[in-house]
Amino acid sequence: MKARQGDWVQIHIILLKPSERAERAPEDTKLVPLELRVKGFINHDAKIGEQVTITTHTGRQLSGKLIAVNPAYGHDFGQPVPELLTIGRELRALLEDEGESS
Amino acid sequence: MKDASYLAIMARRNEIMKRSVGIDYDRFEIPPLAFDYEGMMEETGYSLNEVYTIQREAGVGNTPLLELRHLTKLAQRLAPPGKGARIFIKDEAANPSGSFKDRRASVSVYHAQVKGYEGVVTATSGNYGAAVASQAAQRGLKCIIVQEAFDSHGLGQPEIVEKGRACEAYGAEVLQLTIGPELFTTFLNVLDETGYFNASLYTPFSVAGIETLGHELVTQLSGQEGQEPNVVVVAHAGGGNVTGTARGMRKAGCQAKIVAASVDLSGLHMASDSDFNRKSFTTAHTGFGVPFAINPDRADVPRNAARSLRYMDRYVTMTQGEVFYVTEALAQLEGMERGAAGNTSLAAALVLAQEMARDQIVVVQETEYTGAGKHPSAQLTLARQMGIEIRRGDPAENIPGKAIVIPQHPEQIKVKDIDLTSLKRSYIKNAIARLRNPRELTDECILFLAEETRSDREFVRQTIDSLLTVEEK
Repeated sequence: MKARQGDWVQIHIILLKPSERAERAPEDTKLVPLELRVKGFINHDAKIGEQVTITTHTGRQLSGKLIAVNPAYGHDFGQPVPELLTIGRELRALLEDEGESS
Repeated sequence: MKDASYLAIMARRNEIMKRSVGIDYDRFEIPPLAFDYEGMMEETGYSLNEVYTIQREAGVGNTPLLELRHLTKLAQRLAPPGKGARIFIKDEAANPSGSFKDRRASVSVYHAQVKGYEGVVTATSGNYGAAVASQAAQRGLKCIIVQEAFDSHGLGQPEIVEKGRACEAYGAEVLQLTIGPELFTTFLNVLDETGYFNASLYTPFSVAGIETLGHELVTQLSGQEGQEPNVVVVAHAGGGNVTGTARGMRKAGCQAKIVAASVDLSGLHMASDSDFNRKSFTTAHTGFGVPFAINPDRADVPRNAARSLRYMDRYVTMTQGEVFYVTEALAQLEGMERGAAGNTSLAAALVLAQEMARDQIVVVQETEYTGAGKHPSAQLTLARQMGIEIRRGDPAENIPGKAIVIPQHPEQIKVKDIDLTSLKRSYIKNAIARLRNPRELTDECILFLAEETRSDREFVRQTIDSLLTVEEK
């Protein structure tokens, strides 16, 4: 996939290799790099995987590996949760069943 | 070019902080461990009236205070005869970016503008990012948000991804990191490079911004019901919400009990890559609430203006399953779909109301917006994907990161008290840890520790004595 100059893109930067992680980081965290993802407008045409420079919303120039062009957010509402679906009905029944409280 | 390596940045930490916050914290220090808290709040913050003016201009605050009639009725059904206080909620979701965090951001961003900063930076994965971005957009300042958003597999916590989206919607640059304590270095680097204002959650500006919330809820309730609240429940994480709300209530002359409430995430490590997506709550949880209570100065400023142990009368925890249940109940019984983290204090209030007389009032002091990523269905879908068991049952069987148990019946919802005396001891232990001669503390420092822990000199002296005796053995 290609990005054209001016496209809204996401880049990826490895800030710290596992060997450079802070001493106080938990053991599992020390096994993986510290990564940064950031979006902006690409300064030049490029292909996914290439090193590129972007201009962010604040006007800063940041360089990293191009990982997505016009990336989707991807988060959603998930699936309805059966364990929650009946709660409203149960509570209404509870409030009605016992009549007026004393 | 400046040296941006870890050690170089950390060595210049104080210099960067001073320039980016504009407060000379050294001025308030009382060696070896105390500082003039009230002096700092008065001299560097804003008065209640100034904050009201700033917030009115920014469209922040003056949110509705609503009575939750059906949840009150439910509490009365579950309570012993004569018990079941009325439950009110402050609908903070009505703020411009959807949470009470707009109050904190409004003062910080105003201050940044007045002091001539070109932009603002903040390190937050929560609603505060959207709040700062929204206020910065209003004032035409640039904005950078530093988030902890993804695990090492690139899987984003949906609530944080949503907050990142909101920040970008307000025109902010969002730096999305994987997990780890080095976020702070990245944050310092950005401050150093840009010269922007550090819109920390923990400055006197941020805490002063919340005082209106406490003040408003007291004056609104007096106006609507002709009485003061008896208990105010506050969702607790970094301590700002408890501190600012309590200070505002006192400025309104109200001495109601302050109950802090957090979601219990005990056992999950906050900086662990593998635990990151096993949490269904990103804030108002014990992973922040406890460490910030016993060591407030672990924040991103030299002295934290949020000092929750000074203000809380009680600290309770709720399980994730209980909060999801109450979130559903709020939607189904009251017609209000609101974010789960803000409903932590509502879950606690439903229980506390059952301990209180019917003519009393408990106020839940915030709601937050909900939506894609934030909704219980988004969080529970991720939880299932992570192999976490979700079932109806007794919430006492809830295990953070392993099982989310949704109550079968509302009578199963309970609060679990955290022992405040033990937190106070831990606070004192942290405070004296670096001292050479803890037994020779000046009276001024003893008094400071007493104020910090809302105790007295006797408690502080006895605690120090017992801590040192244990150590010497």
